[in-house]
Amino acid sequence: MGRYTLRRLLQMIPVFIGTTFIIYFLVWAVPGDPFAGKCGERDCPDAYIQSMSEKFNLDDSVFVQYGKYLLNLVSGDFGETFSGVAVSELISNAYPVTLRLAVVALIVEAIIGVTAGIVTGLRKRGFLDSLVLVSTLFLISIPVFVTGYVLQLVLGLEWGIINPTVSSDATIGELIVPGFVLASLSMAYVARLTRASIAENRRADYVRTAVAKGLTQRRVVGIHMLRNSAIPVITFLGTDLGSFMGGAIVTEGIFNIPGIGGLIFKSIQFKEGATVTGLVVLLVLVYLLMNLLIDLAYGVLDPRIRYE
Amino acid sequence: MSDPTTAMSGAALTEHAGAFVTAPEGDDKQKPRGLFGDAWRELRRRPLFWISATLILVVLVMAAFPQLFTSADPNLGDLSRQRQPPSAQAWFGYDNQGYDIYARVIHGARASIVVGFLATLGVVVLGGVLGILAGFYGGWLDAICSRIADVFFGLPFVLGAIVILTTLNASGDASEAQIVSVVVISIAVLAWPVAMRIMRSAAITAKQQDYVKAARALGASGWRIITRHLLPNCLAPVLVYATIALGAFIGVEATLSYLGIGLRAPVVSWGVMINDARNYIRAAPHLLLFPAGFLTITVLAFVMLGDAVREALDPKAR
Amino acid sequence: MRRPRWVPGAVLATSMALVVTGCGGGGGEGDGSGSGSTDAGITVFNTEPENPLIPGNTVEVGGGHVIDSLFTGLLEYNGDTAAPENAMAESIESPDSKVYTIKIKPGWKFHNDTDVKAKNFVDAWNWTAYGPNATQGASFLAPIQGYSEVHPKDPDGASGPEKAPVPTVDKMSGLKVIDDQTFEVTLAEPFSVFRTMLGYSTFKPLPDAFFTDQKAFEANPIGNGPFKFVSRVVNTDIKLTRFDGYGGEKPKYKDLTWKVYQSREAAYPDLVNNTLDFMEELPPNALAGELYKSDLGDRAIEKETLNNQTLSFPLYQEAYKNIDLRKALSMAVNREEITQQIFQGTRTPADGLLHPLLPGYKPGGQCGELCTFNPTKAKELFAKSGFTGTLKILSNTDGGHQEWATAVANSIKNTLGVEVVFEPATSFGDFRQKVNGRQMSDMFRAGWVADYPHPENFLTPLYSTGASSNDGEYSNPAVDAKLKEADTAPTEAEGIAKYLEAEKMILEDMPSIPLWTQNTVAGKSDRLKVAKLHPFRKLDITSVEVA
Repeated sequence: MGRYTLRRLLQMIPVFIGTTFIIYFLVWAVPGDPFAGKCGERDCPDAYIQSMSEKFNLDDSVFVQYGKYLLNLVSGDFGETFSGVAVSELISNAYPVTLRLAVVALIVEAIIGVTAGIVTGLRKRGFLDSLVLVSTLFLISIPVFVTGYVLQLVLGLEWGIINPTVSSDATIGELIVPGFVLASLSMAYVARLTRASIAENRRADYVRTAVAKGLTQRRVVGIHMLRNSAIPVITFLGTDLGSFMGGAIVTEGIFNIPGIGGLIFKSIQFKEGATVTGLVVLLVLVYLLMNLLIDLAYGVLDPRIRYE
Repeated sequence: MSDPTTAMSGAALTEHAGAFVTAPEGDDKQKPRGLFGDAWRELRRRPLFWISATLILVVLVMAAFPQLFTSADPNLGDLSRQRQPPSAQAWFGYDNQGYDIYARVIHGARASIVVGFLATLGVVVLGGVLGILAGFYGGWLDAICSRIADVFFGLPFVLGAIVILTTLNASGDASEAQIVSVVVISIAVLAWPVAMRIMRSAAITAKQQDYVKAARALGASGWRIITRHLLPNCLAPVLVYATIALGAFIGVEATLSYLGIGLRAPVVSWGVMINDARNYIRAAPHLLLFPAGFLTITVLAFVMLGDAVREALDPKAR
Repeated sequence: MRRPRWVPGAVLATSMALVVTGCGGGGGEGDGSGSGSTDAGITVFNTEPENPLIPGNTVEVGGGHVIDSLFTGLLEYNGDTAAPENAMAESIESPDSKVYTIKIKPGWKFHNDTDVKAKNFVDAWNWTAYGPNATQGASFLAPIQGYSEVHPKDPDGASGPEKAPVPTVDKMSGLKVIDDQTFEVTLAEPFSVFRTMLGYSTFKPLPDAFFTDQKAFEANPIGNGPFKFVSRVVNTDIKLTRFDGYGGEKPKYKDLTWKVYQSREAAYPDLVNNTLDFMEELPPNALAGELYKSDLGDRAIEKETLNNQTLSFPLYQEAYKNIDLRKALSMAVNREEITQQIFQGTRTPADGLLHPLLPGYKPGGQCGELCTFNPTKAKELFAKSGFTGTLKILSNTDGGHQEWATAVANSIKNTLGVEVVFEPATSFGDFRQKVNGRQMSDMFRAGWVADYPHPENFLTPLYSTGASSNDGEYSNPAVDAKLKEADTAPTEAEGIAKYLEAEKMILEDMPSIPLWTQNTVAGKSDRLKVAKLHPFRKLDITSVEVA
């Protein structure tokens, strides 16, 4: 497994460079004057534009720019925004918040989805089964922002149960409803996946053996079935965590969560190349590492898998 | 927002993609109908299929011939009628500019469906072609395709969409066709890896089947094997994916329009309507309700259809 | 072979660890509301400043609010009428509008306890004007003699490869320190508006500490204003506290926190439930259906603010050179209906190019019938112009302009029967770029926010030939001559009269359609007994009283 890990890590490098370069190119090299809107309704003074262009290497070709950026990155310098703020500071303020939101969403999704899936997977074609099927279909179909707005409206503004927006501390308690909104789509998939997985394993030989041996239902499901059914679900949850951390832009916008979602959106709009690329670097790294972890976990969970 | 298509297809389908390819042996007594024939018989029996198919048909007719449903002008704005609730003359009321919401919802179907359809087409064609080639030939072609797909997988979907659309949208004056194609392109460019992976794993499994080996032994060229043997048999998982993806992409269009970077005036779509209604949810919820409702039901119909098709095509369920 | 037992435990432990480290990061701090009103703290809505907090480099709103709290200049603009009043200045005298003798009040200190002297003003202005410092506010110092030496022009513009030559001097010849309380300003030409300009943020003083260590200053700005700097977390908040050595009227509360929100919509619920104390402009979704009235009741504050909105014509495009077309379009916009329906009455239809709060404003305005909705006359003029084709209105959408621009387009369409479309640009930066590049194909959104309360500010930068904000390329030599007369008038009153004449001349040419001026609705929490909205659309920080 060690060699496999090493090989995967090496394979990560070209992917990493490819992704970050594409983003860097799109944000920096596309025609568009990044200083056009910086000075309000009037033009920026020439001296200002001149000095900013020098500072951000805007006069070099995009390959040279990217190269300089990578060199800085290796030494830990993520660069600065046009306002002179260190990008690393921005990211380190915003990232823990998004991380918390992602974990909350994951937990919500796991608990509700897996429970629903187990319950319906064990007894097929009942009322509960149809209910879960239909509700998951609805959750998949409703766009995230509609769910978000409706919940914010009903729970926050009309009934006053929760705070309509999240404070800048973004404590776990405040993040439960946004986490639910973020997880709503995936929750449905988890439920269906678990259900399919459990239903499939229910007919397996080892389950029949366990029942024949006289084990209790709890033991059969809890210890034997769950382990095998969990594999695709855990894979899914893992990739989901990676994608949640990709910035839940819509959810963060609705609930005013000061995470990286809003940061990304604003930076792209204002052509803050350093921030956008810095964020993409981080997100890609997280995603690739998550993938690697999941694949390794897959191998641990299912001993039948061998790595060449 | 997690990418709706990777969620579903990546995890759930890729393992089973191979399973779709191996058609079960038919009963000796009955005439073997093949995978699609059996699937059709299964489908016909499910009420879910008929419900979703009817809904989709209605929406398609709405998109193609909006005049059949309404004669009002969706672009006539009369401020004196602003935000009036549903009434006899306007079944869905008027929005903030005084446009007739019912007319706009009907006309908006076209843009939403077109975006969903074209984006799915792009994804399936691009991903499918690359997937089959990568799966069949393997080797360095496979390695390159997979690496490129990895690059796109690593890019968070919404982030990539924002960057691409902000770049392509930079010029303000764009015709309606340009606005729509820009959104289609950005979705297709970001979502093709999923289709590629599905097709590839299906192709890999199919490659190892006896009939392919036989064809090779008989001297069939690669091209012939791909088109005559692989393609028909790998179609099933991609078909399932495409149906569900169509629904998902319609939802994606709405989200992009909500963010302000997708479709925009003068194009009317459900996403654009939801975006316009954003500030008035408390004052006049019917502005949001109707387009959101239509959107949800359409996406639901496609997802249901995809579900029904998958269950029908899944050899394990039989 | 047994599956290792540690796996589920490890997964659980890792996720717990993640959650705990996540939890560790945000310690809640209470806002310093102590007992008694003079020790209370307030939290005010703000946007993140775009540049480091230096007065000469701050021309946008987010930074401007903080600069106003930290620094006090020679003049301030009255919170009700926007008239200039002496702040740090004891007197500003000039016999000919060319040489100004400025005396400052003694006894004022900076936050680091050093005295504010005349040289602090002169040094600050020289630093701002000096080209290589690349400040955004430099152009405001252009009237001063010697400016062109310290700020030479770039021979081929910013985009060209040639750089501006390095200036030979770094001090303007027109600035002279006489003694600790007096300095003399000589302008290149007489300019009757100069006195009013002095309240703008680029004219504020800088302490000596700025010049010894600018980086330390940027991290910890030192000013002479009513509040001094405490701390700043980027994209979150800027905390200030009352400066007890302040030379002017001290604020009646202790702490001031400028809190940064992602958007106004996100801040509004906090305002409603009293977590946020003041927001100087409510978001559109609060104005819709007048919801703010039921949410805030008498906590809503309305005030006319010094900004207007216009629709500019690109006079470099053939079609728009036709004056009948321009007049027809102006008369086809139903300003009353739009300000009522789209803006819920928070806008007032414009009756000229000048804002009603400006000195010299003639009641009723000078635009007359050209700015009045008149479908018959509009159709007549439109037919006379012979225009055929589609008209477009261009604007960016990220400032909330979509609604009114669509409404204006519909108004013109319904009145004249011509096809009018609103075409959005997604970002302000892109929109500005095209405007600057003279690439506007049709009428485009324009407007003006006053820098200082004088008619000159609403006319010269917009309508004189080649002016910095004359985006439609309007050019009328007679108007230029009149504006010059007004600039060089010996007294302010004479100058104002001439500016008004210029306004009338410009309106006859209709280079842009005046749309409306703003009647801003702000909101305060019920902790604030008194909170006033300043005509410059900001909180009047010294007016606030905490209950």
